[in-house]
Amino acid sequence: MKLSKAQYEEIARFLGHVQPTRQSLRRLKERFPSQSQSTLLSIFSQEYQKQIKRTHAKHHTAEAIETYYQRYRSRVMKNAAAPVLLELANEVDFAPSLMARIVLERFLQEQEQGIPATWLAFGNEIQCTWLRSQIIKFPSSKTLINSMLRDPSQIPDGVLANQVYQCTVNDCCYGPLVDCIKHAIGHEHEVLLREMLLKKNLSFLAEDQLRAKGYDKTPDFILEVPVAVEGHIIHWIESKASFGDESSHQSYLQDQFWSYWNRFGPGLVIYWYGFIEELDCHRERGILLKDCFPTDIVTLRHSMAQH
Amino acid sequence: MAAALELVLREEVAPGALVHWLKHDPGRRSAEENHIHEKLVSLSLPQKDFVPFFLNFLREQTGQILTNGPSTPAKTPNSKALGNSAGRGSQRRGSERRAGNTTGSSSSRMQLFTQKGSANSCSPDTSFAPSAVSGGSPAFTGSNLSSPSSDFPSVVSSVSPSFGCSPVFNHSERRSAQKANLGNFFVAMPEVQPTRRGRRKGNSSTSTSSRQVARDLGRCLADEEDGKSDNTSWSGGRKKRNEVLGVSASSPPDQLNLNNLEEFPPMCASSGFTNKSKPSRRINPTPVSIERPLSKPKMCFTSTPVSQSPAARFPSGASHEAFVTIQEGNVASTAGSSLQEEREMLKKERCKLLHQASSPAGLSLEPSTPTKLSYTRSASLPPEGHLMTCAYLSKVSCKKQLDQLALLYSSCIAENLVPNIFLELFFVLQLLTSRGISAEDGESDLEFNQGCKGAVERQHFHNVHNCVYFAVQVLDRQYELISHLEKGTLKLLAENERIASFSPHLHKRLRQAYESSTAKVSLLLPSSVQSVSFQPETDNRSNFPSDRAFHIFKKQRDIFYELLREWEDNHEKPAWDFERVLGNKIRAMMAHLTATCNHSHFARLFQKQIIQMCKGPVGGGTSWGDTPDQDVLNMLGCDDLSRLKRLQERFVAPQSIRGPCPPPSFPGCQQFFRDFILSAGSYQFNQHLMDNLCLKILELDGLTLVEHEPSDGEADMEEQDEKKHFTVVLMSLRLLAKFLGFLVFLPYRTVEPPTRDLHESAVALRNQSLPVLDVLKLLQRAIQGRRTILTIPWIVEFLSLVDHIAPFLDYYGTVFSLLLQVYRSMVPSEDKEMSFLNKLLILAVLGWLFQFLFQIPSVPEELFFTSEVRQDGLMMDTMSSAQALDSATLVDQQLLYTCCPYLGELRKLLASFVAGSGAKNGGFIRKITPTAAESLAPKPSVTQQKLQAELEQAFFHNQPPSLRRTVEFVAERVGSNCVKHIKATLVAELVKRAEVMLQEKVKEDNTNHDKLLDEVCTQLYEEGAQAFLKGREFCRKKGPEAVRVLLPEETSAAVLSSAEDIAVRLATEKACTWLSTNITALIKREVRTTFSRMLKIQGPSLPSEDTQEMKKDCPPGCQHHAPFPSEIINEIKDVLCIAVGPRDGDEAIHYAHLECLLEKLSQTLQCRKFMCPTSEQQLAKCTIELASLLVSDRIPIQGLELQTQKYPERQRSKNHPICNLLTSLLSVWKEDFVMLVPVQLIFSKKNVGYVAEAKQREWDLFLFMLHGLVEYNLMGNAEIESYLQSLQEFAWPSDFLKELETLSRVFESELHIEELRTNPCELVRQSLGAVTAQS
Repeated sequence: MKLSKAQYEEIARFLGHVQPTRQSLRRLKERFPSQSQSTLLSIFSQEYQKQIKRTHAKHHTAEAIETYYQRYRSRVMKNAAAPVLLELANEVDFAPSLMARIVLERFLQEQEQGIPATWLAFGNEIQCTWLRSQIIKFPSSKTLINSMLRDPSQIPDGVLANQVYQCTVNDCCYGPLVDCIKHAIGHEHEVLLREMLLKKNLSFLAEDQLRAKGYDKTPDFILEVPVAVEGHIIHWIESKASFGDESSHQSYLQDQFWSYWNRFGPGLVIYWYGFIEELDCHRERGILLKDCFPTDIVTLRHSMAQH
Repeated sequence: MAAALELVLREEVAPGALVHWLKHDPGRRSAEENHIHEKLVSLSLPQKDFVPFFLNFLREQTGQILTNGPSTPAKTPNSKALGNSAGRGSQRRGSERRAGNTTGSSSSRMQLFTQKGSANSCSPDTSFAPSAVSGGSPAFTGSNLSSPSSDFPSVVSSVSPSFGCSPVFNHSERRSAQKANLGNFFVAMPEVQPTRRGRRKGNSSTSTSSRQVARDLGRCLADEEDGKSDNTSWSGGRKKRNEVLGVSASSPPDQLNLNNLEEFPPMCASSGFTNKSKPSRRINPTPVSIERPLSKPKMCFTSTPVSQSPAARFPSGASHEAFVTIQEGNVASTAGSSLQEEREMLKKERCKLLHQASSPAGLSLEPSTPTKLSYTRSASLPPEGHLMTCAYLSKVSCKKQLDQLALLYSSCIAENLVPNIFLELFFVLQLLTSRGISAEDGESDLEFNQGCKGAVERQHFHNVHNCVYFAVQVLDRQYELISHLEKGTLKLLAENERIASFSPHLHKRLRQAYESSTAKVSLLLPSSVQSVSFQPETDNRSNFPSDRAFHIFKKQRDIFYELLREWEDNHEKPAWDFERVLGNKIRAMMAHLTATCNHSHFARLFQKQIIQMCKGPVGGGTSWGDTPDQDVLNMLGCDDLSRLKRLQERFVAPQSIRGPCPPPSFPGCQQFFRDFILSAGSYQFNQHLMDNLCLKILELDGLTLVEHEPSDGEADMEEQDEKKHFTVVLMSLRLLAKFLGFLVFLPYRTVEPPTRDLHESAVALRNQSLPVLDVLKLLQRAIQGRRTILTIPWIVEFLSLVDHIAPFLDYYGTVFSLLLQVYRSMVPSEDKEMSFLNKLLILAVLGWLFQFLFQIPSVPEELFFTSEVRQDGLMMDTMSSAQALDSATLVDQQLLYTCCPYLGELRKLLASFVAGSGAKNGGFIRKITPTAAESLAPKPSVTQQKLQAELEQAFFHNQPPSLRRTVEFVAERVGSNCVKHIKATLVAELVKRAEVMLQEKVKEDNTNHDKLLDEVCTQLYEEGAQAFLKGREFCRKKGPEAVRVLLPEETSAAVLSSAEDIAVRLATEKACTWLSTNITALIKREVRTTFSRMLKIQGPSLPSEDTQEMKKDCPPGCQHHAPFPSEIINEIKDVLCIAVGPRDGDEAIHYAHLECLLEKLSQTLQCRKFMCPTSEQQLAKCTIELASLLVSDRIPIQGLELQTQKYPERQRSKNHPICNLLTSLLSVWKEDFVMLVPVQLIFSKKNVGYVAEAKQREWDLFLFMLHGLVEYNLMGNAEIESYLQSLQEFAWPSDFLKELETLSRVFESELHIEELRTNPCELVRQSLGAVTAQS
């Protein structure tokens, strides 16, 4: 599904400041019924991520962390069954999963390093400054936190575990579940692409084979025998199970597509969830965009010898 | 020197003898021994000075008549040599030299003079004679003196009365000839009166006093002084000239601004019509006549032929006037000034339109010649064309001397005594196409030359007739050289009416040469940037010392291409500056390289990219021999494409060349690489790059070609392949060598030549260091191994970038002198040592180098004109080996012109002449291409074919280079074998049949054998067509076999089959191409030999064939309709969301939805196609979570009542619809998951917590679940028991704690029973009943 820049911007404007909940998603679908759900979800997710990137830092100051943690504790004390953490995230316009992470991290610090929450609330200024620096300096191990987020059962505090779980399940843009879904979608589309290539009888080398050979940058597929798509020769195909908006496309170009070009020549990128039409401007240079598997494929025919 | 020439002109010494004298080595044997002509001996002159003198002599003599084309190059060696021989002070030399760098055209300056003369004489009311002379010669002197930038500065020196008078005779023709030449334009200016006056002053002194003094060379000091004073206003150098033009142009206000290069671009093409407007100035001259009486009459101009017959030239004064009017656009500048203005504007506009692209190369009259343009022009000026270009054999004067000169000159060229034979050829063609004014009748010059004391100072080239005569004589003697030029040039020569009228014999030969020539040359389409492919063997991790280095290099590669793309996009934009935009990025990148010592990797990438992008002659293009473009064109043989290509060439090609001796440059993409090196300014990088270039150069220089059996039928074909290969290698070598030269001499480059002291110390210092690449050794080896054809062209490229000092170093001095020896020894002729074109290439590049070196200030001309050219360095291996490339015919015109694009100047010059001569604008040799009926079979469209060709090129891009080599090799061998096979089978068979037929026919009719032979052969030709079918079949059979054997076993099937197919196609193409051109001839030849044998006896032979087939398999495609894992995870997530909350009001999930979800889950898990470990893992976790939530009744389910009602009679707990869901889950866990499901997560504190909080305290679902786990063999009783045990440690509500205890006991007892081998299901219920009863 190719969108014009104007169409895309209309959607992005609508998304403005929304919370990453299923309710928001529902409203989005109602507003743009003609667009495919996955496209909308992808755009939603990307727009939300942009928003979060802009505000990320302000939620990670020692003060902010402390405030969130205190608020969480006091509210949970009042009613452990209420969706405290989720609401907190919504209140401050932050992704629930990320809020869960902040609070969990702070919780673990309290547990492991014995930094009681009250210290910061009631200690003198010097103590506070020191503690703040400690909080920033000694974060709990990332792997531990990630693992707890993935499986909140591991969180020693049952209430927090429930709160965290609620956050990660409800977040439709961040969190282990969403990551996993994205990963699965990516994988599925690669498989789809592989199927199509096989069906078309196009021989290719897949990423893992390329890595085994020691390539430093590897697209999803390198065609062993190049083909022409819509008149353009391509050597490789990259599958992107997302919508190609300007910022993601730019960073992909920078990190991946040009690198592939630099090594293997021109190639094709498939944005399965569509892209902004105007971005398909490097065709002549050797980067072709499509939103589906191409139909106009010309292969190297060997008919010439027979003529 | 003049004395020697004098001897020749007086026919006292034969030109041959003189050349013999020139070649004789004074150091070795005595003159007598060498049979040197005694008169020459008696002169005891240094031979080395003769050639420069002679060349200068010719330039001087012809100077004023050459109006066409750029003057032969800047700074000919002559100037200095001449100066030397005259023993002149260094002062003048210095100035000349400085000026010599510019390419100003002396010819145009001389025209100044000529025109002036013409103007004078044209004015009908003046009597001709002395005044004209005086008017003319001062102008000449003045102009010469004033323009040290002249390419032949020494012209000045020859200002002698005889010389001065020539314009008078020339002018009538000259004037008519003017029209077509921009040169005239500039020339016109001197007419402006104020300037003239000044000049006149100078001239008068010349004319009176300097004649004798100036005889040999030059001019007296007085002249010089005068000249200098003139210089102040006229002065040399291109810039100043412009100023001059400006000055003169400004005086008549209504005239064009000649300063404006935009309006008067320096292209010949533009001359066409610009000159129409200009001459108004030339016509003004009437006032000149007033001055005439004032000028001193000169003795030598006694005759007044021109003035006597002004009417003879033009039917009447009036008609002349009218004629002029037409030509010049406006006679009366005084009158219609407004009309004039309009015209000027129009002209300007047209000019702009036409010449926007023309180079700003200043005053060098670029001879590029769009013929089209000329048509328009000539159409508008019909009478002019005729008048101006006529040269008549009958009007040639002093033929004998001209013959002598031509002979001498030809010999000098033939013996390579001139520094650049092509430059001389250019000069000759300039003479041939000159449009100088020609004298009306022959007697005049007798009188005219009467006063001259020596033959040398006589004016031999004062008219067009003489010039043309001389040129044709020389061309006739250089026929062999000329006949090797490309077809377009030959066509123009063959069409040249002057040659036709002066030498029908030469004309005939040229036509023949043209007709038989196949040497079409084309330059290329530029292609876009391609990357260097990543090759694991050299580029993967194992080639780097550390991960860091590997990853940093990964980034470098990407940055490099980013820079390249940026350059490609922007470098043509006007405000874009390489250093400003890319400089810092490049240096940042270099810093990273330095940090990780990755320079060598980068240098290799850089070098490969250079080759990739700049192999071709046109910037950005790739070499014609090896590129997709060319391949496409060859393959398609397609009219449209080639036409398009030619068209493009016409637009692109001419601009890229500047004069017959352009300085070395980095055109197109090469510029990027040069600027990159400069901006990077990295010592390490430069060093690595040099190493890399050296290595590659050495590798390529060691090229060996497959030895081929000559004179066999298929040798042609192999030769083609070798040529192609050779071309690629040669072009790459030249490119790399140029960059190497650039890098090597870069540190020593200076804008200004060093001072003498610095020079000496630099030489002393640098003599101590070793050269980076031992070109001397390579050169010597090449000479010995007779491989100069490969080595010299790149060494020339390398040396063309020398700094000011390098030529003086001992080492490079030796190299130059060795090159000079090669040059001298390489007399162009066909011999078995080396083919003609090979020689021409070497001569052309060396000539260019020498000529270019002379332009470096401070490089001594002695370098070339030394008489001590020793031949002993040229020891060659007499053994002819396969390595002896020199003897192979490797160079064709395409390669020659690709390497030396400046040779195209010859053609441009000739074309410009055609353009100017109007009458024959179309040329008389016309190619008639019959329009053949198109084949009816649908041909694949051009774009399709092109795409296929591109695909084929692309195919090789990411494969190891060996794949391509293999395919090409196989194609070549199979193609060649195919031809052999056809000869051995089909042809042999046909010949056998022919034999039978012939035998019968011979019996019948014994008279005409030839006719008989023809008859039989004609019958066979049709069958000969089978050869194609058989050939194809053969290639299709043999190609794949060979490819398969030669490629690595591990090559993938797809690659293998593509490689096979390409090899087959190439082989078939080769074979069929050969067969199509040769099969009939082959059959005929074979039949004839058989026939002649048969007429005596008889006997042929026959061979056989074999077959084999290959099959490939194809994977079955299957339909996978199950939902994607991601969809299922997403759906489960939605359910979890609702279960975990928060919920909107009465949000709930329908039971049927859950049922369906579990059904889909099962399908999804069964179909493994899209499953990946993370998905499966997530599914497992989610479903356990789902189970826990189901068990604890957390999920708001709709339609549950409906389900319960279905089975009212059953026991509630057992038949609870949720149990169905749980059972489904258990079965999915058991059956559908491949991975082990972490069911123990059910016992996590969080999940058990859900159960504990269950509102209805209905824990039987939990128990059902636990039993299910056992039942489905997902967990053992013991396991469950221990989990339940450990759960009791947490703080649960008391009732739940009790429940846990109970459950734990249940599983404990079940464990016992299990040990007793009882049915677990039965017991569960029993024991559960027991337990509840107890509590």
